[in-house]
Order: sequence, then structure tokens, then C-alpha cells
Amino acid sequence: MIEYADLALVNWSRAQFALTAMYHWLFVPLTLGITFIIAFMETLYVKTGNEEWKRITKFWMTLFGINFAIGVATGIILEFEFGTNWSAYSWFVGDIFGAPLAIEGILAFFMESTFIAIMFFGWNKVSKKTHLLATWLTAIGANLSALWILVANGWMQKPVGMVFNPDTARNEMQNFWDVLFSQVAVDKWLHATSSGFVLASVFVIGVSAWFILKKRELLLAKKSILIASVFGLISSFYLILTGDNSTRTIAHDQPMKFAAIEGLYNGSEGAGLVALGLFSTSETDPNNENLKDFTMKIEIPNFLSYMAFLDWNAFVPGVNDLINGNEKYGYMSAQEKIERGKIAIGKLFEFKEAKKAGNESLAGSLRAELTSDGFQQNYFKYFGYGYFEDVNDLVPNVPITFYSFHIMVGLGFMFVLLFILSLMFLLRGTLTEKRWFLRLAIISIPLAYLASQAGWIVAEMGRQPWVVQDLMPTMAGVTRISAGTVQTTFWLFAALFTILLIAELKIMFRQIKIGPKH
Amino acid sequence: MFENLSHLALQQYWWVIISLLAALFVFLMFVQGGQTLLYSIGKTEGEKTIILNTLGRKWEFTFTTLVTFGGAFFASFPLFYATSFGGAYWVWLLILAAFIIQAVAYEFRKKPANFLGAKTYEVFLVLNGLLGTILIGTAVGTFFNGAQFELNDLNQVLWQNPARGLEAVLTFHNVALGLAVFFLARVLGLLYFIYTIDNDLIVARSQKHLFFTTVLFLLFFLYFLVWLLLKDGFAVNPDSGEVFMEKYKYLNNLLQMPVVLIIMLIGIVGVLWGIISTLFFHGSKGFLFAGPGTVLTVFALFLVAGFNNTAFYPSVADLQSSLTIQNASSSHFTLVVMSYASLMIPFVFAYIYYFWKVMNRKKITDEEMNEESHVY
Ligand code: HDD
Ligand code: HEM
Ligand code: HEM
Repeated sequence: MIEYADLALVNWSRAQFALTAMYHWLFVPLTLGITFIIAFMETLYVKTGNEEWKRITKFWMTLFGINFAIGVATGIILEFEFGTNWSAYSWFVGDIFGAPLAIEGILAFFMESTFIAIMFFGWNKVSKKTHLLATWLTAIGANLSALWILVANGWMQKPVGMVFNPDTARNEMQNFWDVLFSQVAVDKWLHATSSGFVLASVFVIGVSAWFILKKRELLLAKKSILIASVFGLISSFYLILTGDNSTRTIAHDQPMKFAAIEGLYNGSEGAGLVALGLFSTSETDPNNENLKDFTMKIEIPNFLSYMAFLDWNAFVPGVNDLINGNEKYGYMSAQEKIERGKIAIGKLFEFKEAKKAGNESLAGSLRAELTSDGFQQNYFKYFGYGYFEDVNDLVPNVPITFYSFHIMVGLGFMFVLLFILSLMFLLRGTLTEKRWFLRLAIISIPLAYLASQAGWIVAEMGRQPWVVQDLMPTMAGVTRISAGTVQTTFWLFAALFTILLIAELKIMFRQIKIGPKH
Repeated sequence: MFENLSHLALQQYWWVIISLLAALFVFLMFVQGGQTLLYSIGKTEGEKTIILNTLGRKWEFTFTTLVTFGGAFFASFPLFYATSFGGAYWVWLLILAAFIIQAVAYEFRKKPANFLGAKTYEVFLVLNGLLGTILIGTAVGTFFNGAQFELNDLNQVLWQNPARGLEAVLTFHNVALGLAVFFLARVLGLLYFIYTIDNDLIVARSQKHLFFTTVLFLLFFLYFLVWLLLKDGFAVNPDSGEVFMEKYKYLNNLLQMPVVLIIMLIGIVGVLWGIISTLFFHGSKGFLFAGPGTVLTVFALFLVAGFNNTAFYPSVADLQSSLTIQNASSSHFTLVVMSYASLMIPFVFAYIYYFWKVMNRKKITDEEMNEESHVY
């Protein structure tokens, strides 16, 4: 009935998507944030007429241009990869998922590419005001493009606004606004873009700190730090707020991901938050390699219940509650979900057979049954579970998800401190003497990238084994092709992107060393 | 307003938009064509710089049009997106690789410490121009010659050839289209140099190259066109959805849709006049005719592929798996939503047009290369 894709193929396809997405995400956040920082600087130039601001603007713009080129290069592969490597997925959800991608192209990418050209080549061709407008529109365009792709991603985390059509064997959109304003999509957009603002602020502060340590370009460095630390401070509060919101949305929509993030195996009322934890290498459960024991943990009592449900005593389900079920708190067991999923899949194939055999009346009644509310709520909702045999396959890798989440959050708080300190030292006029702080600022640049990548690992690894939550497991979305072919393209892209990354870094470091033009 | 249209009308509306995007994309590939001329037209470093900056201010548009084309195809005909990209895997990944290396090349080429050396980035641009045009043309050839796939009950693609799409090059008719696109892109590139660059040597060399490039273009294009009109095509029975072979299908399509025929003829005349006016009357505005001419011709070609009960992505492995604009499309609701989004397109065109006019008031000169703060 269902043909199982071979595991090597699934893994290589995942590896390739992860590789290319993570490369793309190395460049995107800087674009999202630095365009705004540049726009602030240029606004000051236009307002004050001070040529120094223009020089500063142009310096950061050069760095942005280098980053942007490779961001675009790594983006195009992602868009087409849905087709090339996830073609079964592309059909199953294309009716919903394609729309944001298309709108992104029409609305955001053209805006970005038109105004970026004016921003780079228009200094002597358009008026000061038009140029400034172009810079702002580039920043807005970049962040709009993030919106649409995150709407698409949000839908995969929580499918809404659609209905399954048995005739075409796919999900079809019913309400565009539900898709666009889904809580997950909104959370994701706000959090991902503000993470870009924070990363770019850290970048600007770090590079400026290097100039100060080298005793060069002091004016440029201080002015840049001023802008970046104010922008960074505001953004980072916002980042924490939206991250906290995401956490609650996950607790509600993706309890298994939430349990993995928190390393929570056995749920309880008034659950404690593990602030710091270390996993052993041994398994808690010999059947499941994704579960590892804590060897050490520091727990804050009751805090998890509050974070998840704003109630100090609420029940938070752990991995085991979700697998074995918990009647008292109303959690269905995974085995039950698998059985219901199999019934849904079975019905769909019965319908297909009836249609093929030309038995219109049977097909008609099956169609009516498949699309009835009762069936949708009680069976189709678990469609994807029907692909599984072993309940243990429903658990994501807990240690990786847990660590990534805690690294991201820890660094998030550290960046708040960084922005506060840099602003404080700057205003007191002691910044140039605090060499330890300047060094810390430089080291923070790679840490910001680390936090940002960790965020996506939480989001994407934490939702395994699903591509579309509860409806389509990753293994069912993959294109039927030989694992060897995907392995070959994986290495091809790994080599290509790594070479380009090295080139980008060398160019970037050199441009920083050269400094602003006079 | 769109809600009241039938599903078929929306499918046709979206096929028109897809065709238009494809047509614009082929036209904008003058950037790719120009890149392959880098060494034959640019002899000195200064000349190369002018050429690359001329093209470099436009490459993003070509690129963005490709991206939007992909997104729009996904949204309106997701089954094509799943079938072709997932099936003809190698072709599409090679095309993507060719565009990835282009995206960094302009920005990185002249920068100090660029790791690979300026020469490598120039080779990237030439490769992009070669592979991008030829492979895309060849892939579009399969719209008329078919590809080797089957779809199962869940509409999953099962490709029937281990070359995963590369087998398309074994059909010469596909390759002829690929080469026609390649030489057309070069013709447009040359016309664009003549039109925008204020440098006598570059213009003179471009004029010299134009003749041979045109001959090659015409050779492949006419071969493709004549053969297309003579060959059997993939027709669909509108009532049962059954796909069958029909003699002279594409010729019939043109005759049964005279508007499309007229569009195609005007397009071809436009391209030819653009070339002739430059070659024989030493005009410098040939690009303004050949460009729109290209758009019209390609537009008509796509309409021939998809309209009038034709399967636009036929399967030769299993005729009944062939894709038509009806069986490959999104739901009525999604097409309605997308149609509202499409209302933004004229607005997008308008601001692009306006701002480029502001930016292009003057021809590109050597002096400008020395004054600008951001040169490639
Ligand atoms: C719009 C959708 C979307 C977006 C914006 C992203 N991804 Fe994703 N990601 C997928 C859609 C997706 C996917 C197609 O759905 C994959 C493939 C298989 C899977 O489970 O999800 C996936 C897999 C996947 C995996 C492998 C998961 C695993 O092995 O368990 C990683 C690590 C990432 N992605 C990381 C990222 C990063 C760093 C992104 C930042 C740009 C990112 N994803 C954006
Ligand atoms: C799988 C998902 C994604 C796909 C398919 C995708 C696709 C693309 C494509 C095709 C481009 C090049 C566009 C051009 O022609 O200029 C691009 C660039 C860009 N993308 Fe993505 N993208 C993805 C994920 C993301 C995410 C998650 C964000 C932000 C939150 C993002 C933000 C951007 C931005 C800002 C650019 C501008 C160029 C730059 O990176 O500097 N993208 N993307
Ligand atoms: C204290 C602060 C933070 C909290 C509470 C937080 C919370 C979260 C949560 C819960 C997710 C998962 C969303 C999902 O799976 O759907 C997430 C994702 C993410 N985080 Fe954070 N985060 C914080 C700080 C940071 C920092 C400092 C960065 C980077 C500079 C960052 C970047 C990201 C990114 C890029 C994602 C993926 C996009 C998304 O799913 O929204 N976060 N964050």
C-alpha cells in the first residue's frame, strides 16, 4: 500500500536540505539586521549632512554587499530543493505551501533587488532622499521575504486553514488568512527577524571593537557602536519576548518538541525547568537511542509549568506521557494514534480502488466519509502516524534539541548584557580602555551565529519525524531517487558552498582590514 | 472578482502568467549571453570591467525572475513542480549550480583576497552563461518531446530513466532549442552592449560578432520551429482527460488560435528587425525591438505548449501520466488567492521601470567606472 522509502535516501536528503539551509542561514540574519542599521546611519547622514555618516554608511554597505551576494547564491537552491528532493511533499502540500513562496518572489525579492541596485549604484544618480528611501525599502524588502518563507515553515509546524481532498490526494487551502496569521507563523517571523537584528548588532559592535583595539577609525567605531547597541538592546528584549511566546506556542501545538527542548521525560504537575543539564551517553530506554539520562542538572521548581501554560501548577506532559498516553490528563497513546492513522490511510486507498474500478457509488460514499468532520477530527488528524510501526520512532533526538535550545537562550541573555555594557561604557567614555570588553565583543560575533543556527536546529530537529506535523512524516515526503545520487549532490554542494564560504570570509576580513574609503 | 471565474479559466489565467514569466526570463538571459562574450568582446581589463558592470546591474533581475518563475509554478501547478524537479533531478541541479556560481561572481571578482582569483569568477560567469541557457532550453524542449516519468496513485513521481533528466540531450530537437536559446541570449547580449555602452571598440566588436551569432541562432531556431510544426503532439481529450498523439498538433494549435500565431509572428519579426536594423543600418536601438520580440515569441511558444487541449508536460513512458494545465493545477481556492496576489505584478513592473529609467539616464562610460564607489 504505502511504499517505504529507503532510510539512506531519507537521511541523505535530510542532510542535503539541512546543509544548504544552514548555509543559507549563515548569511540571511546579517542581511535582515544590517540593512536596518545602515538605514539608520544614512538617515542620520541625510538629517545632519555630516559627511562622516556617509562614510560610515558606505563602509557597512560594502560589507553587506559581500554577505548579500552569497546569501542569494545559497537561497536559490533551497527554493528548488522542495521540488528536487521533497517532491512527494511538494505535491501533498503544494496547494498551500507554494503560495507564500510565489508571493515572496513577487512582493519581496523584486523589491529587494530593485532598491539594492539603487542603494549601491545610485549615489551619484538619484537625489539624497530617493537614495535614502531605497535603503529603507531594501531593509523592508529583506524582512518581508523572511515573512513569507516563515509563513510556509510555520504551516509545516502547525498545518491550518486547509482540508484534505481525497480525489487529488493532497491538502487544499481553505482559508488564506488562517495560514498567514497562524500564531506559529507570526511568532516565527518576529523571532527570526529580531534574531537577525541582534546578530547584526553584535556583528557591528564586534567589528567596531576590533578597530578600537587597533586604534584605528575611532570615530567610526564609536558612532557605529552607539547605533548598534541601542538597536541591539531593543531588539534583544523583543527577541526574548518572542522566543518566550514561541515556547508557549510549542507547548500547545507540538508537545513532543516541547518535551525534547526541556529534556522532560516524565510529565508532572508543577514541573521544574532544567536550567542547566548534561546528558550521559547511556540510554534511559534501550529501545530508544534518542533518550539519554541526565548525569547532572540544575532545576528551577515549578518554572516549566509556568512557562508553558502561565500556571505554576499546570501539568506538562513528558516524552513518556506522549508515547504511552496519559488518561488522567487526556493524552492519547501513540499506539492509538498509529492505529487511527492506519485506518485513515486504508480508507483513502479503498477510495482510490473504488474510483479505479469505476464504482462511482462506493467512491461517492467513501468520499463523503473521508471528508466528514467526524472522520477528519478523529482519524485524518492522525494520518501521518499510519506510516509508523514503532512508537519509539516518534521521538526526536532529545539531547541535541535540548542543548541547542539552552545554548540559544543562554546566549540570548548574554547579548542583553553585552549591549547594556557597551552602551554604558560608551556613554561614560571608558570604552576604549576596556580591552577585555572589546575582546569579548569580537568573540561574540561567532557566538551570535551559533545561537542563530541553534535556533533552527531546535525548530527543525525538534519536530522530527515530521515534515508536516502529524500529517506527513519526513520519510514520506522524499523524492524517489537513488540514495547514491543524493549523496553525490550532497558532497557537491558541501564542496561548492564551503569554497564559497572561505572566499566570502577572506574577502570580508580583508575589507574590514582595509577599512572605510576616504 | 476572481471567485466567480471557473477553475478552468483560472488555470488558463495562470498558464498565461507562467508563460509571461518564462518569456521575460528568456529575454533577461541576455545577461547570460553577454557573460559568454566576456572574452571575445572585452580585450583589456578596462573593457571587461565595463562589460561586467553593464551586465552586473541587471543580473539580479534575471535571477529574481527565475526565482519568481519557480515559486509561481509551484503555487499554480504544483504537480509540475514536484514531477519535473524531482524527476529530472540532474538537469535542475546542474542549472541551479550554474546560477549559484553566478550570484557570487560579480561581487567577488575584483575584491582583494578573493581566494579563487578573478579569473575563476570570470569562468563562473561564462559557465553560467553556457549551462544556464543551454540546459534550460533543453529542459523546455521536453515540453514538446516528452519526458520519462510515471505517476502513482498518490501522484508521486517515478522517473523511468537512471539519467534523471539528462537523457533529454539524446533528443536532438530538445538540444536544438537549447542551442537556439543560447545563441539568442548572445544576440541579445550583443545588442544590449551596442545599446548601452559608450565605447567605440566594444560597439564595433559587438557589431562584428552579431552576424555569425545570428546565423547560428537562426539555424537552430528554424530547425526547432519547423520540426515542431511538423511533428506529432500530445493532445488531451477535454471530456475524458485522456491523452493521445495527434498529427501536426502544434501546427494545429497555432492555426486554431490565430491570436497566438499573430503574437508569434510579431515576435519573430521584432527579433529579426532588431538584428537587421543593427547589422545593416547601424542603428543602436536594435535591443528595443529584439527584446520585446523575444518576449512575444517565447510567450506564444508556451501558449502553444499548454493551451488548446495540449499536455504541456507529456510523459513518453506513460502517456496517461502526462501533465495538463487541468490535472497539474492548484485548487480553485488557491488560484483565486494567487490571482489577487498577481494584481501586484503591474505595480512591480511600474516601479522597476520607473527606477531603472532614473538610473539609466546616461550611457555607461569608462569615466563612470572610475568615479563610482561600488564597481564590480
Ligand atoms: C520553509 C521551510 C523550511 C525552512 C524555512 C527551513 N527548513 Fe529546515 N527543513 C525543512 C523545511 C524548512 C524541511 C523540508 O521540511 C526539512 C527536510 C526534512 C525535514 O524534516 O524537514 C528540513 C530539515 C532540516 C534539518 C534536518 C532535520 C533533521 O535532520 O532532523 C535541519 C537541521 C534544518 N532543516 C535546518 C534548517 C535551518 C538552519 C533553516 C534556516 C534557514 C531551515 N531549516 C529552514
Ligand atoms: C527553505 C526556505 C528558504 C527558501 C526556499 C529561500 C529562498 C531564497 C532565495 C531563492 C533567495 C534569493 C532571492 C533573490 O533572487 O534575491 C533568498 C534570499 C534571501 N532569503 Fe531565503 N530562503 C529560505 C529561507 C529563508 C529564511 C528562513 C529567511 C529569513 C528568515 C530568508 C530570508 C532571505 C533573505 C533576507 C534573502 C536576501 C538575500 C540574502 O540572503 O542576503 N530565507 N532566499
Ligand atoms: C532568551 C532568549 C530566547 C528564547 C526564549 C528563544 C526561544 C526560541 C524557541 C522556542 C524557538 C523554536 C521555535 C520553533 O521551534 O518553532 C526558537 C527558534 C529560533 N531562535 Fe530563539 N530564543 C532565544 C534567543 C535567540 C537568539 C539569541 C537567537 C539568535 C541570535 C535566536 C535565534 C533563533 C532562530 C533563528 C530560530 C529559528 C526560527 C524560529 O523557529 O522562529 N534565538 N527560539
